[in-house]
Amino acid sequence: MKVEAKMLLFLGLFFGAMCAVYWNWSLENAGGVMMFAGMLLCFLPGSYYYWWSRRMKERPEDNPNATQAEGAGVIDTFPGSSIFPFVLGMGAFFTVLALVFGVWLLVPGLALAGWAFLGGIGEGRRGGTH
Amino acid sequence: MTDVLAPTPTQHHDDHHGDEHHGPTGIVKWLTTTDHKIIGLSYTVTSVLMLVIGGFFAEIIRLQLSSPNGSLVSLAQYNELFTMHGSVMIYLFVGPFAFGALANIIVPIQIGAPDMAFPRLNALSYWLYLTGSITMLSGFFTSGGAANFGWVGYAPLSNSLNTPGAGADLWIGGLLLTGFSAIFTGVNLTATIFYLRAPGMTMFRMPIFTWNLLVTGILILLAFPVLTAGLIMLYCDRHFGTHIFSNTGGGVPVLWQHIFWFWGHPEVYILALPMFGMVTEVIAVFSKKPVFGYKGMIFATLTIAALSLGVWAHHMFTTGVVLLPFFSIMSLLIAVPTGIKMFNWIGTMWRGQIWFSTAMLMSLGFLFTFLIGGLTGIYLASPPLDFFTHDTYFVVAHFHSVVMALVLGAMAGLFYWGPKITGYILDERLGKAQFWFLFLGSQVFTFPQYLLGLYGMSRRMAVYPEQPQWQHLNELSTLGALMIGVSTILFVINIGYSWKKYPAGDNPWDAQTLEWFTTSPPPHHNFYRLPQIRSERPTWDYNHPEHRSLEHGTDHVVGAETEAHA
Amino acid sequence: MLKSVRNSGDARTRGRASRRARRVLALPFAALVLSGCTVPGFGASPGDTTSSQSTFHLWQGFSIGAVIVGGLTLALMLWSIVMHRQKGDAIPKQTQYNVPLEIIYTVIPILIVIGLFAATLVVENKVVANPKTDVIVNVNAFQWGWEFLYPGHNAVVYGQTTQSPVMVIPANENVHVNLTSTDVIHGFYVHAFNFSRYALPGVTNQFTFRATNTGTFFGQCTQLCGLYHSYMYFRVKVVSPADYQKWLATFNTPKGEAAAKAAAASLQQQLSTGVPTLPANTKFGR
Repeated sequence: MKVEAKMLLFLGLFFGAMCAVYWNWSLENAGGVMMFAGMLLCFLPGSYYYWWSRRMKERPEDNPNATQAEGAGVIDTFPGSSIFPFVLGMGAFFTVLALVFGVWLLVPGLALAGWAFLGGIGEGRRGGTH
Repeated sequence: MTDVLAPTPTQHHDDHHGDEHHGPTGIVKWLTTTDHKIIGLSYTVTSVLMLVIGGFFAEIIRLQLSSPNGSLVSLAQYNELFTMHGSVMIYLFVGPFAFGALANIIVPIQIGAPDMAFPRLNALSYWLYLTGSITMLSGFFTSGGAANFGWVGYAPLSNSLNTPGAGADLWIGGLLLTGFSAIFTGVNLTATIFYLRAPGMTMFRMPIFTWNLLVTGILILLAFPVLTAGLIMLYCDRHFGTHIFSNTGGGVPVLWQHIFWFWGHPEVYILALPMFGMVTEVIAVFSKKPVFGYKGMIFATLTIAALSLGVWAHHMFTTGVVLLPFFSIMSLLIAVPTGIKMFNWIGTMWRGQIWFSTAMLMSLGFLFTFLIGGLTGIYLASPPLDFFTHDTYFVVAHFHSVVMALVLGAMAGLFYWGPKITGYILDERLGKAQFWFLFLGSQVFTFPQYLLGLYGMSRRMAVYPEQPQWQHLNELSTLGALMIGVSTILFVINIGYSWKKYPAGDNPWDAQTLEWFTTSPPPHHNFYRLPQIRSERPTWDYNHPEHRSLEHGTDHVVGAETEAHA
Repeated sequence: MLKSVRNSGDARTRGRASRRARRVLALPFAALVLSGCTVPGFGASPGDTTSSQSTFHLWQGFSIGAVIVGGLTLALMLWSIVMHRQKGDAIPKQTQYNVPLEIIYTVIPILIVIGLFAATLVVENKVVANPKTDVIVNVNAFQWGWEFLYPGHNAVVYGQTTQSPVMVIPANENVHVNLTSTDVIHGFYVHAFNFSRYALPGVTNQFTFRATNTGTFFGQCTQLCGLYHSYMYFRVKVVSPADYQKWLATFNTPKGEAAAKAAAASLQQQLSTGVPTLPANTKFGR
């Protein structure tokens, strides 16, 4: 976890330094704001990982001498299959088409998206298929 | 839902992993899958289809330009064609292929993960990509035609006064969908690499391909939201009467260029880094050597990512409203890590045992083409030389050299990992024929364009003045484009010809990384067992325990002291 | 948002020390420039203005560097491809790191980049310099043509697409151009000047050049600006200063005076009120 955290924090520091030089030199705001936001976007997860890396015990994937047996057990729960990503995708599709062809397309768009949200939540709770 | 148990070298979980997934079959399986391998394959097929579509547009463009007053297409059609050629290639082929196709399949397997971290989000990424592609291309079927303001959509040409009609809105809509698809993929890649590595797979033992995809994921998260925000502003300008990008209401047209290129230049590395990773893997495997300067390679990648956020305005030198020296030095500096990569690739081949398979030939073709594209890029980082060549065919040739190098890299990846994904090897003779057409075609295609640019031919012109030499150079370039077309046809023929013909086995190339440890194709959740991971090439260490990576001039095994310490 | 961008030619932004450092770094490059006549052009041509010739020399310098670096890289690549191809089944030595070598090929590119940047700065400052001049041309780009106004004179040149309006300027005098657009973004590009600059709506871009040869040079719009972009030509006619004065005088008729006033007023009005970005004359060619 430490390597991940440091990588993001160093990227953020570099963007911050670059932003300071650029903004002071050019006085152009759009690029300055975007670089500043880039810095924050690196500090946000970077500081989170750093905070955790000092508190959690070393994970097997961070230990160069770990054996496969150390990682034994349940990795995580993975969904076997689900229709709801497709339904949500179609909802997004119709919503975008509504931007072009008319507001009425929001009806199927939002309906599909809503179905996908509810169905996805329910599936997560019930355990889904396979 | 399945609780996935970790595979170990001693314990076989065949009872749990081996079950051939008694879920749905056929089209329902495709619609409902959350398996990263099937999603990745869908990505691969869709993006290669986009390559064919975009290539078809390119052939029409080149045929139109083979004579000064070409009349194959009208001015309006020509504008649509080059806009959609650029859009399809950048947004719908290279990008999704780079971070969605092979990455989706290979990255989890390379780090010993059972799937991507968010399988359903991964599936959603694919559906957004597919619907986004359909949305963008459907512009051709509207009465006003597809978008016609260039793939960069410069304001104010892209506003509703200059480009009315549904085609432009469909372009924006398609980009919104594919943009979100990319953001979700970026989240997924980063989370997978941070959280789902196998025991012993430390950050500095991840294969270069995975490292590059991690950096790509971070760059996606930094860059794509900016594009999405810009597109929403553009849409508001077009339909809700805002004046963000038009000077008439107090807006700033150049703001669009700042926003677009703040996404657009990191995007170049988002496209390139995955292909760099593919080529790195291929060169190491077919030279039978470890990646030379593995850590230097990673730091070079991170340096490229760091610098990539500060170079966007080198696309805007001729606007006269950007800070020239800052962007010039930042852009020139990118040559340094890129050069390190180039020398590391050569160092990997050095004193190796090079096996000239199709994948290796494609990678060597990548090295040459990318060298040309990289060197000409250095010129464009210098503002006076950019004033001289901006918006001429020199720039067109420069980025086509780079992108053709990426296509060669993508083909290297397909030939190298194809056997792992499908279980069958593609025909090598057809593959080599494809390589020569693609490689020579790329050079014949771009070299005349460099000269045309220097002779003053401007880009995005359907007809051009009759100047000495221009026509012959254009004819030559068209010939190159046709050769590239032939190579694509050979690839499609090859897939049909080699269909289930040459079984691959688990490790046909004597490869090094973890994906070659499992079966071809890998089982559901990828692994029955895992080797101990003690370097960035666990499969090689398992197969050749006496040939581990060494420091130069010694018999000192890299990383041995960490192991001895324990 | 952008109006406070300092011009890159602004001398305040650079200290004297860095200027001296740049001069030292630029020395080998200057030597190259002096011997420019014997160096090949690598496809480019010196052009017909003083700054185009500086740009051309920079081009030559970059090209020599590119040929050396590219040639060396290619030679290493080919050597490896030929000499290290597979011979038998032996596994080669698994060398992974050679730190001194890696440092060398990191440091040398950094030095090359610093040299290229120094040379770039020297040429860039020449090209973007805006000395005071007597000859001023206001160039207005529009869909799909050009308008050239000569403030203080009656001369106005206006032309669409293949009418190729001609911008007449004197040789060997600094010519200052105020470039703007009244609709979308256009590109003012004259190949013989090795130079291009965007014509942006709402922005007046300024640049100065000094033509060294008389003649008529082809120019065109390089930034996609809509349907007839491919036809948006113009010409630059460089004449002797005497001929230039004669040409200006031909407009000194009551009719010419009125036309010039009207054109200047119309442009001024369009630029000051903020022009609605109307689609321009689409009837061309019918």
